[in-house]
Amino acid sequence: MSTLSLAVRDSSTMLRRNLLHARRYPSLTLNLLLTPIMLLLLFVYIFGDTLGAGLGGGRAEYIAYLVPGLLLMTIGSTVIGTAVSVSTDMTEGIIARFRTMAIHRGSVLVGHVIGSVLQSVASVVLVGAVGVAIGFRSTDATVLDWLAAFGLLVLFALALTWIAVGMGLISPSAEAASNNAMPLILLPLLSSAFVPVDKMPGWFQPIAEYQPFTPAIETLRGLLLGTEIGHNGWLAVAWCVGLAILGYFWATAKFNNDPK
Amino acid sequence: MTNLAIAAEGLRKSYGEKVVLDGVDIAVPEGTVFALLGPNGAGKTTAVKILSTLLSAGPASGGIRVGGHDLAADPQAVRAAIGVTGQFSAVDGLITGEENMRLMADLHHLSHGEGQRIIAELLERFDLVEAAAKPASTYSGGMKRRLDIAMTLVGSPRIIFLDEPTTGLDPRSRHNMWQIIRELVAGGVTVFLTTQYLEEADELADRIAVLNDGKIVAEGTAAELKRLIPGGHVRLRFTDPAGYQSAAAALPDAARDDESLSLQILSDGSQRELRAVLDLLDSAGVEADELTVHTPDLDDVFFALTAKIEETVR
Ligand SMILES: Nc1ncnc2c1ncn2[C@@H]1O[C@H](COP(=O)(O)OP(=O)(O)OP(=O)(O)O)[C@@H](O)[C@H]1O
Ligand SMILES: [Mg+2]
Repeated sequence: MSTLSLAVRDSSTMLRRNLLHARRYPSLTLNLLLTPIMLLLLFVYIFGDTLGAGLGGGRAEYIAYLVPGLLLMTIGSTVIGTAVSVSTDMTEGIIARFRTMAIHRGSVLVGHVIGSVLQSVASVVLVGAVGVAIGFRSTDATVLDWLAAFGLLVLFALALTWIAVGMGLISPSAEAASNNAMPLILLPLLSSAFVPVDKMPGWFQPIAEYQPFTPAIETLRGLLLGTEIGHNGWLAVAWCVGLAILGYFWATAKFNNDPK
Repeated sequence: MTNLAIAAEGLRKSYGEKVVLDGVDIAVPEGTVFALLGPNGAGKTTAVKILSTLLSAGPASGGIRVGGHDLAADPQAVRAAIGVTGQFSAVDGLITGEENMRLMADLHHLSHGEGQRIIAELLERFDLVEAAAKPASTYSGGMKRRLDIAMTLVGSPRIIFLDEPTTGLDPRSRHNMWQIIRELVAGGVTVFLTTQYLEEADELADRIAVLNDGKIVAEGTAAELKRLIPGGHVRLRFTDPAGYQSAAAALPDAARDDESLSLQILSDGSQRELRAVLDLLDSAGVEADELTVHTPDLDDVFFALTAKIEETVR
């Protein structure tokens, strides 16, 4: 069997294993959905009027502003689950067994990554459905815009997943993994997800500006709502590709080390 | 000369300052059973992990070949030849026993039908049919162990590593496991096992190596190892002090234990030597209340070898 077909076959076996885990124990994934959905409802129904007024509109305008950021935050939240499940998986004896088998080495991680991206997409669809239910509508987005938005979400999920897999691999326990992966859900709070960067205090603006969530959120907003994307599109793609490559090399290097 | 399934020269491994394996040579001919015996912490698991590609050998190690492949140069070829059941459970607890088996069949790239056939056969053989649809995390320790070994056999490996395969099994399961190991060997499989049970090594192994403190302190067949220990003895016990005294007089070479009224006579346990003792007792007109023949077993060998080392260390 060629290396590529071996890689594809073993990775899909590993993916099936991870999806089986997710299906048997859905509570972890569902719990992680609570944070973005709660924040969505909280910000829309409690702060929505005020924040909407700050944007020169009302609650309806704020829903439109908020949803793209929360969709990306949903990804950050989902991949925390990935970090946790990778770190618990590594303590399972079955991983040692995999290491002694003539399978494609990377397939264990690739299975986790693809599983996590699929889970992220499903979570985004769920949170998006809540958004639509409370009144979110995309304005004049073409099919191409939708495709691009979908592509951005997948790419973003891929990038964060590889980072989360690396975090899972360096964490000795599930608790450590969820602590290490915490930035992935904190970063969107420090981004343009809830308020525009130019409405933040001057000293804070660079923090919001120079991080992956803000350009990704601005790009998604542009695609779904027709706002100005500008340089954010390229920035978002660059962040995603950079993080994905970094995470990939970091995670595979960690995985190939002697097990502890 | 037969081919070696496993050949390692000067196997070394250290963790920081701590030397775990200090130049261990291993040669296991194809189709034989090799047992590595040693007290806790001797380095047995470390040796298995290195030979099964899980850990890298220490830098000063000599060459290692498993299944005819160089372990350092072509670990993937080694992996294709071996099956490993580690000391600690290597099953996926979140999925069922059958799904674990399916996972192995898929990773060995078996066709669906062939996988099904092998899985059904192994579940049957390891008495797991009833539990097959339950999550492996709900299995008892013995069931997990059996699933573990069944998973190892899915790919029909030619060389099998078993790190303490029967620890935690009840006597019946242990005997079943021995039977399975014998069947594997009859089919030409090479088995490398570690065990704490000397009886197990005695039952199964063609060659036994005693590992202590990272070094092999003795190696040979069970019979050869037993010969390292000076002979066995016959023990006579009496309840009547008068009988004890006259027996002691008739057997002047015997070691006396006046407290328990027993005599110990060096003997290889053969019929001839036993008869000589009995004849002496008969002519003295005494009858022992209890007669036991003690031939040296591997426990004696083990204790003698590992204790000797401890003494020289002190
Ligand atoms: N990752 C590690 N880091 C440091 N020391 C280790 C590590 N793994 C094993 N050791 C040490 O190496 C020695 C040998 O361990 P090993 O597990 O090979 O022993 P063993 O013969 O299998 O013992 P047991 O019968 O208890 O299973 C022990 O002293 C152990 O503490
Ligand atoms: Mg051990």
